[in-house]
Amino acid sequence: MTLALPSGPAPAPRRQLLVGSALAGLAGTTLIGGMLAVWLLERQHVVDVGERFPMKYIIPEVATNVMLITIFGLCFFAQWAVYSARRQDRGHTGLALSVVAILALSFINAQAFVYSQMEVELAEGAYGALFYAVTGTMMALVIIGLIFTVVAAFRTLGGRDWQSEIVSAHALYWYFAAAAYSAVWFVVYVTK
Amino acid sequence: MEQSGNAMGAGSALLSDGRIGTSVAAIADWATSTDHKKIGRLFAGFGLLGLVAVSVVAILRSLEAVADLGAFNGQQLNQLAQLHQFGLVLMVALPLTLGLSIAVTPMQVGARSIAFARLTLLGFYMWLAGAVLIVVSILNGGGIGGADGDMVDLYLAAMILMMFGVVAAAISVATTVLTSRAPGITMRRVPFFSWTALVQAISLVVTAPVMVGLTILLFVDHRNSALVFGNSDALADWLPRFFSAPMVYIYAIPVLGVFAELLPVSVSRRHPMRQLVFAGSALVGVAAFSGVTMQNDFPVDFSASGQDVVKSLVVMAFFVGLPLLGIVITLLTAPLVAKPDGSSSAKPRILSPMLFGLLATLLFLLGAVVGVLIQVVDLELAGTTAVEGSVALVCLAAAVGSMGGLIFWAPKFSGFKRDEKKVLPLALLGALGVVLAGAPAVIAGLADSDASLFSTLTLVGYALMALTVLAFAGATRGGTADGTSNPWCAHTIEWSTSSPAPSDNYAALATVRSSEPELDQTPEGSPS
Repeated sequence: MTLALPSGPAPAPRRQLLVGSALAGLAGTTLIGGMLAVWLLERQHVVDVGERFPMKYIIPEVATNVMLITIFGLCFFAQWAVYSARRQDRGHTGLALSVVAILALSFINAQAFVYSQMEVELAEGAYGALFYAVTGTMMALVIIGLIFTVVAAFRTLGGRDWQSEIVSAHALYWYFAAAAYSAVWFVVYVTK
Repeated sequence: MEQSGNAMGAGSALLSDGRIGTSVAAIADWATSTDHKKIGRLFAGFGLLGLVAVSVVAILRSLEAVADLGAFNGQQLNQLAQLHQFGLVLMVALPLTLGLSIAVTPMQVGARSIAFARLTLLGFYMWLAGAVLIVVSILNGGGIGGADGDMVDLYLAAMILMMFGVVAAAISVATTVLTSRAPGITMRRVPFFSWTALVQAISLVVTAPVMVGLTILLFVDHRNSALVFGNSDALADWLPRFFSAPMVYIYAIPVLGVFAELLPVSVSRRHPMRQLVFAGSALVGVAAFSGVTMQNDFPVDFSASGQDVVKSLVVMAFFVGLPLLGIVITLLTAPLVAKPDGSSSAKPRILSPMLFGLLATLLFLLGAVVGVLIQVVDLELAGTTAVEGSVALVCLAAAVGSMGGLIFWAPKFSGFKRDEKKVLPLALLGALGVVLAGAPAVIAGLADSDASLFSTLTLVGYALMALTVLAFAGATRGGTADGTSNPWCAHTIEWSTSSPAPSDNYAALATVRSSEPELDQTPEGSPS
């Protein structure tokens, strides 16, 4: 069908990215929450028969604590990016997003360090599969956040129109990631 | 030689008049389109295809039970049972209702497109790839209790892929309703169907990731050591929770929207109690909590002590009773709408899509009632064929309701209003098919019988379902195009745009001032 006149301007979107990110965060929360619930259930089974969980492995707690501090620090810088983006301050937005990306990379590096230090055998005992499934999913969520940060940086700094909403949405995602890691940290690394 | 020459000649003719090129272009257009109406119809189309396939599987199962053909061994019967159950939920009810939501909701809320259109298309392909891989894995010895370890792994990985796709599509639908409404469409004025689509989408957003998380754990364990959950038989302790009542209710929520949307249109009257319908359909969304908590057993043993009965009743009432109450509330508003109040002189009409919606809602109610009965320990229905019957009733009701929706909104998709005389009997045929496909299994469970009569009736039911889909496909190929934008005299804003709707839905959009903007345009209508 051919229209006689082109369509008029679309109604202004109402925080579409922000709401979409909030829903994605909700989905991620139930994802991690469900996995941790199964972790606790299986842990209870192991403890009930008198065995230790996580058996022979020693958790490098300094690294896991630094990861927690890193992801909360990352939220601080993500919020700085939001503050700067709302004021159309290109320099500070770029700087804040760069720091967020570096901290996300640091988190991934620290997780890799934890893996190398613990040397958990995947095929040995119940702990290995649960450990790698939960922490691997958490790392995947952080990698998604890192990609989100890069996309936000491109669209904010490289776009023709100044967009601060994507920076807000990306910050919201990091808040969710920080909450999710807090739960993983407490259940997997502290409660064990 | 001559035949070969003729074939070549026909091929040359096809090439020369450009029919192949046109077909390829049309397929490419459908496969890559970000028009929500096309993505939604792709979902729904594959859902109808899935319904035919599931019906064939169910017929084979019933034939084996009735005639004792001995054509299938135990492993193959297990594969057929899985294809049946998995197919009903994830290849029939889910794509049909989600597809209808994707196709209709943006138009209904006055949006030019669905939010995150490319993500929605990606979600469709993830769902499709996951569904195909799951079928392949089950047919090759995978699935729950499968003998081939690699195929079991493929089954789990495909399940993860599929559910990620579902979450992506659900996020798009929910975001559209929450953020992309036209000026004047407040949340109180959101059409019923869009409201139920929102409830379903949010329910999927919170439950599907739980299933993904569990499946990741199962996959990593099964792939490497199988020490946590055990071998493939142990999957039966976990995954079926997502394919049984009350979790499956969330796949049928939009059926209530189709019914609630069409009833006021049939009687040319405003719905007097909109909030009740909103509350009713939202209550059905409570079923999502069973998915989030990974629980589907809430047994009530009336022979236990009074305190224990009350405790278990409260839990059961929350998880299974509230969704049932929601369906009842939605149905109970019908007399309020149908009751003449002098506001309209138009005669009530029996619209074929409304009949689809009404029958589907009644069947959904029947399935939910069975879902409650299954929890009563004294009836000893848990673990019987009644569980399967309950799922079949709900999922097939979702299919029938979705067909009604596809007929109703067909003018917006294709420009054609379907012939009422052709599609009206299909509603009755489909409903009869659902009853025969689901109810015998419930009765067999109640009677604790495996008489061949029940399997025969189930066979007939699924044969009727397959026939309904084929006849539906035939009936929807034609129709009348009278050029009007609102051939049903419907009330919501999508009927203000041309039929078929352009790819960006609206050329221009006025501020909406009521819940029934199109009814306001009639001589009798006035803004509420």
